[in-house]
Amino acid sequence: MSHSTISTRHERPVRKRRSALWRDLSRDRWIYILLLPGIAYFILFKYIPMGGVLIAFQDYNAFSGFGGSEWVGFKHFERLFAEPSFYRLLRNTLMLSLYNLVLGFPAPIILALMLNELRMKWLKRSIQTMIYVPHFMSWVVVVTMFFVLFESYDGLFQSWIASLGLDKFTIMMNADWFRPMYILQVLWRDSGWGTVIYLAALAGISPELYEASRMDGASRLRQIWHITLPGIRSTIVILFILKLSDVLDLSFEHIFLLLNAVNRDVADVFDTYVYRVGLLQGQMSYSTAVGLFKGLVGLVLVSFANWFSKKFGEEGIF
Amino acid sequence: MIRSSLWSRAFDGVNVALLLMFSLGTVLPFIHVIASSFASERLVAETDFLLFPTEFSLKAYQYIFSSDALPRSMGVSVFVTVAGTALNLFMTSLMAYSLSRRTIRFRAPIMFLVVFTMIFQGGLIPDYLVVKELGLLDSYWALMLPRAILPFYLIILINFFKQLPDGLEESARIDGCGDLRLLFRIVLPLSLPALATLTLFYAVMHWNTYMHAILYINDMDKWPIQVLLRQIVLISQAGFVEQGSVEGEASIPPDTVRMAVITVATFPILLVYPFLQKYFASGILLGSVKG
Repeated sequence: MSHSTISTRHERPVRKRRSALWRDLSRDRWIYILLLPGIAYFILFKYIPMGGVLIAFQDYNAFSGFGGSEWVGFKHFERLFAEPSFYRLLRNTLMLSLYNLVLGFPAPIILALMLNELRMKWLKRSIQTMIYVPHFMSWVVVVTMFFVLFESYDGLFQSWIASLGLDKFTIMMNADWFRPMYILQVLWRDSGWGTVIYLAALAGISPELYEASRMDGASRLRQIWHITLPGIRSTIVILFILKLSDVLDLSFEHIFLLLNAVNRDVADVFDTYVYRVGLLQGQMSYSTAVGLFKGLVGLVLVSFANWFSKKFGEEGIF
Repeated sequence: MIRSSLWSRAFDGVNVALLLMFSLGTVLPFIHVIASSFASERLVAETDFLLFPTEFSLKAYQYIFSSDALPRSMGVSVFVTVAGTALNLFMTSLMAYSLSRRTIRFRAPIMFLVVFTMIFQGGLIPDYLVVKELGLLDSYWALMLPRAILPFYLIILINFFKQLPDGLEESARIDGCGDLRLLFRIVLPLSLPALATLTLFYAVMHWNTYMHAILYINDMDKWPIQVLLRQIVLISQAGFVEQGSVEGEASIPPDTVRMAVITVATFPILLVYPFLQKYFASGILLGSVKG
C-alpha cells in the first residue's frame, strides 16, 4: 500500500531525471561513440578473461567449451594446496617479490636523490641519458647480455675470477646464484628509468625551502631528510602501491627467460608454473585456479596498502 | 663554515663518482657487445672487455644474414611495430578524449574499471582462451589487439587532454564545432608532445614483444625478432654447457654471432632513443601518478 503511494509520488521526478539523462546522452552522442572502441577493448580483452577465471571451478575442456564443462567447485584449489610444489612456488614467488620490494623499489629513489644533488646540469643530463638506456631493451637482450658478460668462457666475469686465482664457475646456470643475478638484472635494467617520475616530483619542490634551511645551517643530509624526502612522499606512496600491484607478477617474461632445468627449484614461480601446466600440459582449469590464487593474493595486498595509505592521510590509487 | 663546505665538496665528489660508475655500468656493456659484433673471433676470444674492434670483421653479420630467417623476422617486427603502434594511438586517443570531457556521464565508474584492470587480471590462461576463441592464434592481430590500450598510457593521455585550456573548447563550440572536429582539429594537434611520447613507448613495447609471441604464435615464419634472437642464443648456450667437448663445431654460433644478433635487435631502439630522450623530462609521466 504505502509502497505504491511512494512510487506514484516519485514518478514525475524520475521521468524528468531520465529525460535529462537522455538529453545529455544525445547532446554528447559523439563522445559516447568515440568511447565505444575503448569499452569494447576493455570488455573483450580484460573483463571477459576476468569472467573466464570461472573455469577454475570447472573441468574445462575445449570440446565442451565454457557452457558444457562440468562444475567441480574448489577441487582445483584443494589440489593446489595439497601439491608439494605449492610451497616451493609460494616461497620462490615471495622471495623474489621481497628482493624486488626491498632492493628494487628503493633503488630509483636513492638514485633520484643522488641525481638531484648534482649541481652541473649537463652532467646530470648525460648521466640520465646513460642510465635510462637499458630500460628500453627487451628482457631477451638483457638476459643475453648477462650471459655474454658473466657466462662466456672468455668473457669479462670469467676472466676476472680467473685473474683472482679462482676457478671459473658457471654463475648464470647456477641455482645458488639465481636470486642475486635475478635482482642484479632488475636493478641494472630498471632502477635508472625508475628515477624519471621521482625527478619530476623533485623538480616541484620549492627552492625557497632549501635556501631557508641553508640559512639555518642545515647540512646536505639534513636537507635531504627534512625537505627532499617529505617533498616526494606522496609520489613514493603511490608508486609503492602500484609496485605492489605487480610485485607478484615479477615480470613473468624475465623469469621465463632465466628458468632452466638447473635452477627450477628456486626459479619456478606461479606464472611459469601456470604456463607449463596450462599451456604445455593442457590442464586449463587447474592452471587457471593457480593464476586466480596468485591474482587474488595480489589484489588483497594492493587493497590493504591502499586502505593503509588513505588511513594515514595519503592519497590512494582508487 | 669552511669545514661544512669541505664536507659538502666531499659529498659531491663521492656522489658524482658513484653516479658515474653506475652510468658507465649501464652503457659499457652495450658498447662491448656492439664492438665485439664487428670484431674478428680471435680478437673477441683474446680480449676480456672489448670497447673498439681493432681487428674489423663482418663475418658474424654475413653469417646471420645468410639465411632468410633474420630478415624475415625483422620484417615481422617492423610490421607489428608500425601497425600495432598506429592501432594503439587510434584506440588510446579516442578513449582518452571521451574520458577527458567534463560533461560525460558514468566517468567515475568507467575510470575505476580501467584502473582495476591494472591491479587484477584474468590471467594467462583466460587471456589465451579469449585470443584462441577469437581465432587470432598465429595471426599478427594476436600481437596487437590484446594490448591495444595500456591503462597507464590511457591515464597519461586523459590527464594531458584535461589540462588543455577550457577556453579552446568553448570558442570552438561557439563556432559550431562538433566533438569529432574538436578532437581531430584542435585537441590532437595540441597534444603532439604527449602523443609523441606514447608513440615511442608503444613502439618500443611492440619491438620488444616476446612473451605474447611465445604464447600466440607457433608458426616460425611469423616469429618476431626477439623470439628468433632467443632461439639463436639457446643454441649457443647449449654449446657452452658442454664446453670443450663440442668446441669449434660449425653448428654452434660463436660469441660474435650472438653479439651481432643483439646489435641488430637493439639497433632500432638506439636509433629512436635520442628522440625518446627529449620527452623524459617533460613531466608528462608524472601527470599519470598525480591524476
